[in-house]
Parts: sequence; structure tokens; C-alpha cells
Amino acid sequence: MSDEALGTIFLNACLVNNFVLAYFLGICPFLGVSAKLETATRMGGAVCFVMLVSSVCAFGINQLLIAINAPYLQLISYIVVIASTVQLVEMFIKKISPALFRQLGIFLPLITTNCAILGLALFQTNKGYDFLQCIVYALGAGVGFTLALVLMAGIREKLELATVPQLVQGTAITLIIAGILSLSFMGFAGLGA
Amino acid sequence: MASPETVASTDEFIKGLWRENPVFVQVLGMCPVLAVTNSGINALSMGLATTFVIVLSNTLVSTLRNFIPKEVRIATFILIIATFVTVVDYLIQAISLEIHRALGAFISLIVVNCLILGRAEAFASKNGVGPSVMDGLGMGIGFTFALLCLGGVREILGSGTLFGLALFPAGFQPWVVMILPSGGFFTLGILLLVFNRIKLRQDEKATPLREVTS
Repeated sequence: MSDEALGTIFLNACLVNNFVLAYFLGICPFLGVSAKLETATRMGGAVCFVMLVSSVCAFGINQLLIAINAPYLQLISYIVVIASTVQLVEMFIKKISPALFRQLGIFLPLITTNCAILGLALFQTNKGYDFLQCIVYALGAGVGFTLALVLMAGIREKLELATVPQLVQGTAITLIIAGILSLSFMGFAGLGA
Repeated sequence: MASPETVASTDEFIKGLWRENPVFVQVLGMCPVLAVTNSGINALSMGLATTFVIVLSNTLVSTLRNFIPKEVRIATFILIIATFVTVVDYLIQAISLEIHRALGAFISLIVVNCLILGRAEAFASKNGVGPSVMDGLGMGIGFTFALLCLGGVREILGSGTLFGLALFPAGFQPWVVMILPSGGFFTLGILLLVFNRIKLRQDEKATPLREVTS
């Protein structure tokens, strides 16, 4: 069992070991949906929600798997839970806001294959967090993901006004910006450690 | 003379290596590409593990493609992939505990590598077993190649070694930034640049008179 303070866990997941910029989890939506600020914010919200729900479910499943002594089922059951949560969110968004549903497009079902969410479930199991710690960890990771996404979207919106040589347009320039962003997040190292 | 069928399978194999390289052209499966390429040996083991999973899942998916209902196909694919990843996870643990510890949770995260699901959905669910295996093999090796490029560059510059062998005289000051997370972004960005450049060159060569005729 881990006895880290809740605040430390939150800061750690959100800033120091930001899921996108330090662990490289969830790079696909990070590169794919970060072109517009508005979409980025909403995508962040959806990911936060899925993270929270699947983190709680993963905690329960893990207790169950320990009880029946079948740890090899861990991965398979986690992914099933995540897939069903995403399905739920998809139906919810489609009902509430069809416009947003169209904007997010293919990236909504792709939250299933967002490594950040499965990564979160696996990390919290490895670290042996208890229930409350799990929730805080999921919140921190979600906020961190949204933060990275929104920062990136802001920079990319500005970038549209700049002249970028044809050669570096697209993914290459995005990756280099991400590198610089990641460097600046290094400054948080030692904050919650 | 090679029969048309063998030509087709060889083509499935070769396209993954260069023309449709999963990392440089399709930009798929970025997470493991950036996360585990801080050394050559990590990159190689990750590449091989992914190749193993993609070949087996392609085989199984294309064998079962007529039995899987269309509505639940993605869920089925993910389950198939998750099964093989569990196998690979225990396999690596048995072969080398050290590598297993270095790769950590990223072995399990092969499940969510978009490349594997992408190939299952776009290729294996529509084609026979033979081409699917070749496609998986080609994509897997292309992926491994890209990982090695990244891992090689980052290890040489970041630690001054390649596969643990020292390359530079003792006075070499390693670029620590290269093995840090941001180094991964920079290296991949620059490799993509080089790749774009080569492709632009080839296109220019293929259509030298386009400007004049248009």
C-alpha cells in the first residue's frame, strides 16, 4: 500500500509526471485534436470523465481479481471496462450535443485506444493506491491531460498566423513544439517529490 | 516467374517497410515510439513484441473474419489483441526480467497501440490469412525499424553508447536532453522532417515537368 499524501499524488499526476509530456501517453489525440482550442477543451473533459469512471472500475476489478487469484485477466478486463465507458460517453454526448459529437468525430471512439486511460488503470494498480488515492490520481491525470491539450491548441492556433516552411508543416512542427512544451514541464520536477 | 499471388504478398510485406511505414508515414502508435526509445535495446524489444502481437492478431482476426458480427467487431479485435499482449507480457518476463522492468507498463500498453487495431480493422478483417500475415510482418518490421532509428539516435547522443557499447572517447559530454522525454519529441520531429524531405525529392524527380505543363 502506498501512503502518499493526496495533494502530492494530484500534483505528481498533473504536473511533474504529466501523462502526455512525461509519459507519452495519449499522444494520438494530443496530436490529432489539438488544432482548435474549443475542441481541445471538450476532448479534455470527455477524457477526464472516462478516466475517473474507469479508474474507479479498475480499482473494483483489481480487488475482485486478487480475491479470485487471476491476475492474468487484468489487462483484458480493464480494456473491456474502458471500452464500455467510452461507449457510454459517446451515447451521452450524441444525445446532449450532436455538434460536439461531429467535431470530435473519430477521436471519440478512439478514446478506447487512448493509452493514457489504460495506463492510468495499470499505474494505479502497480502503485497500490487505495480507493481515495485512485480517484485523486485519476483527477490529476485528467487535468494534466486537458492542460497539455489546451496549451498545445493555444500554440497551434497562434501558429496558423505564422509562416511555416512547407517542409516542417504538419506533424513535424507539432512534435517540435511538444518537445519544447515537455522541456518547460521539466521545470516542475522536484515539486511534489 | 513468380505467380501473381506471391507478388501480391511480397507487396503487402514491403509496403509496411517504407511506402506505408507505420511511424513515418501513417504516424500511428506514437506512444510506445516515444516512450521506450531511450535506448537501442529497449526499442528493439518493444519492436519485436509489437511485431509478435500484430502478426498473431492479424492471423486470428483474418481466420475469424467471417464469424465476427459487424457490430461487435472492434470489441472482439481488442479482446484478441489483449489476449496476445498478455501472452507477450508473460513471455518477456520469462525471457528477461531486466527488459521487462525497463519497459514496465508499456508492454501492457501494446493493447492500445492504434497501429495493431488499425491493421486488424483495415486489413485483416477484409483479407485472407496469407496476405494478412505478410501485412502484419511488414508493418511490424517497419515499426521496429522506426523504433530502432529513434532509439539509436537517442542512445548515441544521450548516453554516448549503442546497445550498451561505448562509441565515443571518454571526453564525450552526453546530451542528457535526448534521453529525457523532450528528446523523444525532438528526435521524432527531426526524423519526420528528413523523411518528408526524401519524399519531396522523390516526388519532384517523378514529375519534373509539372510546373511547365500546368
